[in-house]
Amino acid sequence: MAGTLVSEATGIRRLALRAIHSARSGHPGGSLSVADMLAVLYFDEMNINPARPDWLDRDRIILSKGHACPALYAALALKGYFPESDAMGLRSIDSFMEGHPDFRIPGVDAPSGSLGMGLSQGLGMALGARYQNKDFRTHVILGDGDMQEGNTWEAIMAAGHQKVDNLVAIYDANKLQGDAPVAEQLDLGDVAAKLAQFGWHIISVDGHDIAALQGAFKEARETKGKPTFIVADTVKGKGVSFMEGVLYWHGSVTMSDDELASALKELGDE
Amino acid sequence: MNDQAGLMFWELGAQVSVRDAFGRILVHMADQRDDWVFLDADVAGGTGAKPLVQQRPDRVMQFGIAEQNMMAAAAGVADTGLIPVVSTFAAFGCMRAHEQFRTAIAYAGRNVKLCCSHHGLDVGPDGATAQMLEDLATMRAIPGVTVISPADANEFMMAFKAILDHDGPVYMRIGRSATPVVYGHDHSFEIGKAHRLRDGSDVTVIATGVMVPRALEAAASLEKEGVSVRVVNMATIKPLDSDEVIAAASETRGIVTAEDHNIIGGLGGAVAECLAQHKPAPMQFVGVNDKFGKSGEHDELPAMFGIDAASIAAACRRLMK
Repeated sequence: MAGTLVSEATGIRRLALRAIHSARSGHPGGSLSVADMLAVLYFDEMNINPARPDWLDRDRIILSKGHACPALYAALALKGYFPESDAMGLRSIDSFMEGHPDFRIPGVDAPSGSLGMGLSQGLGMALGARYQNKDFRTHVILGDGDMQEGNTWEAIMAAGHQKVDNLVAIYDANKLQGDAPVAEQLDLGDVAAKLAQFGWHIISVDGHDIAALQGAFKEARETKGKPTFIVADTVKGKGVSFMEGVLYWHGSVTMSDDELASALKELGDE
Repeated sequence: MNDQAGLMFWELGAQVSVRDAFGRILVHMADQRDDWVFLDADVAGGTGAKPLVQQRPDRVMQFGIAEQNMMAAAAGVADTGLIPVVSTFAAFGCMRAHEQFRTAIAYAGRNVKLCCSHHGLDVGPDGATAQMLEDLATMRAIPGVTVISPADANEFMMAFKAILDHDGPVYMRIGRSATPVVYGHDHSFEIGKAHRLRDGSDVTVIATGVMVPRALEAAASLEKEGVSVRVVNMATIKPLDSDEVIAAASETRGIVTAEDHNIIGGLGGAVAECLAQHKPAPMQFVGVNDKFGKSGEHDELPAMFGIDAASIAAACRRLMK
């Protein structure tokens, strides 16, 4: 399974970069850092049905760091929610692939793009499930910017208080934000220790280790009486050597034909 | 007076706070329907929702004093098939959590009902920070949002039932002070439909919320001066009943709008937008003239800020000149 998921993650990276290149804008760095967790969630962990995106009892995923949506759209296309050609319409006027996630896109469970609101929306889904005795699970992918927003900390406090064990937050800690390293702009300190204080179950993993991510989601499912917070140590731009750890590729950037060709070559021909 | 489902209405002329109507209709609808839940941010005592919290805690999700989280969470709750009824003070619901309402709820078309107390000078002694005078403007500017400001306790209960039946995001005002009941149990509230409370041929007052009984008072006093005033209750600010506005502009000499709100962007703005496009007519705006409020009793502040019955009557006289 892990081998298949590696290739799904590579497929997400390739399609995301092709769409960003085609759009001549978009955020490659953060899209590449979330590709592995998206692959595990969409192709292994979640109970979903691409033919019924509005199925009420489906598992849910919110990409709170909405600027990484090229990877989300790629995952949805590869999963079969819509054709790859739709994902390639990213950011264009004649497409429904908004520059940040739009709830009307099949498979998108919540709008995002304005940081800090995703965890609250996920908490609402988790509370709605518990209220109705339903067993679906909700996952929220948070970025460094999300962790700087006050709204996120309200949600962290509330989810810990409510003990919603059907809620999982995955923190894509890629350590770079829009203009500078996170440590320079507003250092987040020891996030795991802080979240533990708020009553969350903490799991720390290498965010690019497929098997470790699978294990983390399994552990989250088995954790009762607490929401789970997965600190995923990631590399911004992961998988493309000239993008890895380079602030410029946070975006929103125009990628040249040569840059796309080099990136796709590194990601392997399909 | 009871309706068929046993809901108790107040008698005409009784002095009732809409907050009491909020508590009553919440408890009633908890018995009637199981498809909605109540989201509170530790202010049920202030909004009037206390009876529900005490009698039906099974229907309440408590968020503490963290309104941004509550508002965005409401979008998530709606995603699971429930109808969230979100309630707090207007300053927090319409301003602090405004972006959450816009992006997480309205942009996604979530079926969330936001009911806020503490708007306008009607708040009284709590003063300017709590007196939300901008809510109609901020909420009206968001695409797809229905904005309602009922005239009295009875109409509020009817409107609450209507918004539960309506699919889409709604903002509704909950009045604070005790005001005269102007509608009996036989009133029929419809979203987007104005109601003509009194006909007249000289001037029309289009009022909303707590200003409706003041408009009726002004009309009665002007009648003694020989001025015939039409009074329209514009309980739905958005979508605006443009037919009723155009009829007023066609059949009377001009329109006075009356609202416990900044004169910028609220009912007056909505009526002016309609008239400018369809039937230009003389207008006077009765509202708070682009100022913050201040502490004082709810029955002292209207005269100071020019939103009492006498101010409405004076605006009508200006139109008659």
